Amino acid sequence: MNGSAAYVEGAVDYTTKIPNNVNLAEDGRVLKALEQWHPGYIDWWMSMGPEGFQASEVYLRTAVSIDPKGWAKFGHVKMPEYRWGVLLAPQEEGRLVNFGAHKGEKAWQEVPGEYRAMLRRLLVIQGDTEPASVEQQRHLGKTAPSLYDMRNLFQVNVEEGRHLWAMVYLLQKYFGKDGREEAEGLLERRSGDVDKPRMLGAFNEATPDWLSFYMFTFFTDRDGKMQLESLAQSGFDPLSRTCRFMLTEEAHHMFVGETGVGRVIERTCEAMKAAGIEDPFDIARIRALGVIDLPTLQKKANLHFSLSLDLFGSEVSTNAANFFNSGLKGRFMETKIDDDHRLTSAVYPVLKFIDGEIRMVDEPALTALNMRLRDDYVKDCQGGVNRWNKLIEKAGVRFALSLPSVAFNRHIGEFAGVEASPDGKLLTAAQWAKMRDQWLPSSGDGEFIASLMTPCWERGEYARWVSPPKVGVDNKPGDFDYVRIHAG
Amino acid sequence: MGIALISETDAQALAPRPRASFIDFQTEPSRYRHWKLRFEGERAELAMDVDENGGLFEGYLLKLNSYDLGVDIELADALQRLRFEHPEVRVVVLKSAKEKVFCAGANIRMLAGATHAHKVNFCKFTNETRNGMEDSSRFSGQKFLCAIKGTAAGGGYELALACDEIILADDGSSTVSLPEIPLLAVLPGTGGLTRVTDKRKTRRDRADAFCTIEEGVKGKRAVEWRLVDAIATTSKFDAAVNAAAARLAATSDRPVGAAGIALTPLMREIGETSLTYALVRVDIDNAARRATITLQGPASAPPADVAALHAMGADFYSLRLARELDDAILHLRANAPEIGVIVFKSEGDPARALAHDAFLGDNAGHWLAREIVNYWKRLLKRIDMTSRSLVTMIEPGSCFVGILAEIAFASDRAFMFSGRMKGDDRPEATLALSALNFGPLPMSNDLTRLQTRFIGEPESVEKARATIGSSIDASDAETLGLVFESLDDVDWADETRIFLEERSSFSPDGLTGLEANLRFAGPETMETKIFGRLTAWQNWIFQRPNAVGPEGALKRYGSGVKAGFNRERV
Repeated sequence: MNGSAAYVEGAVDYTTKIPNNVNLAEDGRVLKALEQWHPGYIDWWMSMGPEGFQASEVYLRTAVSIDPKGWAKFGHVKMPEYRWGVLLAPQEEGRLVNFGAHKGEKAWQEVPGEYRAMLRRLLVIQGDTEPASVEQQRHLGKTAPSLYDMRNLFQVNVEEGRHLWAMVYLLQKYFGKDGREEAEGLLERRSGDVDKPRMLGAFNEATPDWLSFYMFTFFTDRDGKMQLESLAQSGFDPLSRTCRFMLTEEAHHMFVGETGVGRVIERTCEAMKAAGIEDPFDIARIRALGVIDLPTLQKKANLHFSLSLDLFGSEVSTNAANFFNSGLKGRFMETKIDDDHRLTSAVYPVLKFIDGEIRMVDEPALTALNMRLRDDYVKDCQGGVNRWNKLIEKAGVRFALSLPSVAFNRHIGEFAGVEASPDGKLLTAAQWAKMRDQWLPSSGDGEFIASLMTPCWERGEYARWVSPPKVGVDNKPGDFDYVRIHAG
Repeated sequence: MGIALISETDAQALAPRPRASFIDFQTEPSRYRHWKLRFEGERAELAMDVDENGGLFEGYLLKLNSYDLGVDIELADALQRLRFEHPEVRVVVLKSAKEKVFCAGANIRMLAGATHAHKVNFCKFTNETRNGMEDSSRFSGQKFLCAIKGTAAGGGYELALACDEIILADDGSSTVSLPEIPLLAVLPGTGGLTRVTDKRKTRRDRADAFCTIEEGVKGKRAVEWRLVDAIATTSKFDAAVNAAAARLAATSDRPVGAAGIALTPLMREIGETSLTYALVRVDIDNAARRATITLQGPASAPPADVAALHAMGADFYSLRLARELDDAILHLRANAPEIGVIVFKSEGDPARALAHDAFLGDNAGHWLAREIVNYWKRLLKRIDMTSRSLVTMIEPGSCFVGILAEIAFASDRAFMFSGRMKGDDRPEATLALSALNFGPLPMSNDLTRLQTRFIGEPESVEKARATIGSSIDASDAETLGLVFESLDDVDWADETRIFLEERSSFSPDGLTGLEANLRFAGPETMETKIFGRLTAWQNWIFQRPNAVGPEGALKRYGSGVKAGFNRERV
């Protein structure tokens, strides 16, 4: 874990209190600001981080280099002692602004004055989601279905914490006094707090159980991935570099979600087969086996998918247009897209609610960027859903999970004011009220899932509603002590 | 200009087409599409809930509680009903019925597509409405508390500025902002700049910073910069609003236990070239670009007492006349842009008109009489502010006395007929003054029209005061300086015709500028600064390519493409 004292491009410097690869040792002003911010962060972690496990030793990976081959090192660590730090992907020689009005200019190493407020807002919104998810998940350790899952939860948590550091570094280095104030604000808001809520709706929702956690890491962290992917395109080079490194960590979070739901599916199908239940809708009998029926999984997916779509904002958005045109936030895989990367005359089809019906309408591509990113997101989600369905198929159960219509259960954008079924049919309020519990988790579903959430902390043991993983973390054997639990 | 901070817009807006054949300033609560009024004892809640499909013109959506003239017409109506129909209301809590947004200001698509004349008219009306709120607070005992949750941007914050106090939610996301300069290259012209410095008394460097921070200011800094009076967390917000409302209500002198009167619908007939009300007739001569407004004097004596006044309600002469004249002026402003001259005439018994003035003066302590006089004050200010040449013809049989004489004093010229016309048995033209000419009806400069008129000869005001109640003939009126000229039968027809024809020949822009400068001699007030300084600069900017040219910020807003500016400082 202890890196070399000398500053080497790409390596992490552990000689300062804050591990980094941005030569903090020679950037006294920012180092001081971060050191001043550090105690507040630790206070926040102690009061809002994983509840009850601060003294436990967790088998965590810690970044030691940004070299893709050797960036992580595993070891048992108490979470408050985790080496959070500031890690950016290496600077690319001669990188350019690749889109918008400034396309072809040299990428900015400093914040352009005219975009300062816009950029700060982008960073604060992104930054606010990182600690929010830690807060949402802080009670889950208690009901972990295995030490393996518990370790994954904590890994996700410490990395979200590090992502907060990443955003705070940018705020403090490039945004002066306002940046420092915003960095403090990131520690002051609280998920779900009526007085100091987090900025985005989905991050004020509870993550009440482990199925929600898997769904959240699959769907909501995938929104995070899409946002980071588009910020990784930024003409503001430090932001691009930060996001590129964050993406390597984010991939693990989505792995936790996808394999988590996959393991629930496998366990359910396995139990159904063993009990000779063919009908996936024979819910009472399936639940009696102590596993989660597939229709309930579908409801959970419906909920998390629709909440996550809201995070993309309005389909047609001036802000998104401004971000792109200014060269601050690009599209998913921007440089791989074959067009002029300026979009001043292009159009993009947007699903809108017009005159009482859902219709596809061409909008100026610049203002339709949220829609485009959301489309890319839906495709990405569909890939995961297809892999889940393979598992169901392989088990021989006749059931398929699907993504609901983008008009279903929406609170932001075109469909905020209407009710629609998962297959995209418009409904009256009365029809919606009648069908809601068929499509979204009911309180009864929540109670059933909660009843399964009993801790399973023995080495190598798993709660009976979820299968063990195929491979252990860092290739460890099945009974590895991923978490050494000490009260605290 | 109140300006919207709207993050979703249709970038390809169509040129706005009006949805109705003309802009109607008459409405009533059951027809509101954008506001909700709720009453609870001494407190009323006025909640903004703009119907995005309810724009006055086609081609834009009123998203995020952004507004157009139609929204403001309803607001003005609601305020008027609060004054007259609800004497029990001592405090009005202004809020949003939408989550996350208080008000995004004037709709930018609407502004970008509107004609220059419509923009100017729209701003004028919205300014008058906001000034009216301050007038209600100061003179009608109706206080305003603004409770902001979510974004109050541009015109949204300017609406808040017109209130006595502002409470802002301290939830990390609610902000107040004037983002016009960074976003749109225009000014916060609905009083924003003026009220930030002159009413809120924000320090100029902070005001400068505030007006260039697109995202605005929130939390403690908003209080420190005096942009709001208090902040309150979400859980304590309602309690803070209730406490402030109760405190403001306690400062009110509105009557206890009084019942309001109903502002019944106006009788109005709209013809090709005329507008006919019960007491007001407007005749439009399109060829001459002239409208003649004839006001009827009272048909009977004033009511015996305030109980009788209350029983008459909206049928009381002075109130009905005010409502009709107000509507006529607004109609001409919005729907007859090429009418360059408004000629005021009156018909009636001067003694009865004077008796009505005396009645209002004698009962100045009664809330309804006070409201009626306050209404006349605002209406006369509206006339002062009307960018048409105003002429009063004081002819035989007319009744320009007291309040009605103020119309002559508001005019750019008043001509008075001296003697009798051949074959005309109407009584000779006279003027008369009442106590109302000497205080209760000030102009926006806080002086009476006579004080303003005689800014260089205060003794003339005293000479005029000495005539209160007595009939003044044409030659005395000329001597006293109350009219421009008295003309007899020999000259009247020719001189007035020539004057009107000459007036119509001048540049409309030149006349607008000339009149706006000459009408307001004397000191500055917040109102004169709003109309004279802020509005004038705004209207200049509204004509400049940096705002409205093809690459201007107003045109480019919402497209994601940056405005292109001509960098020359003018």
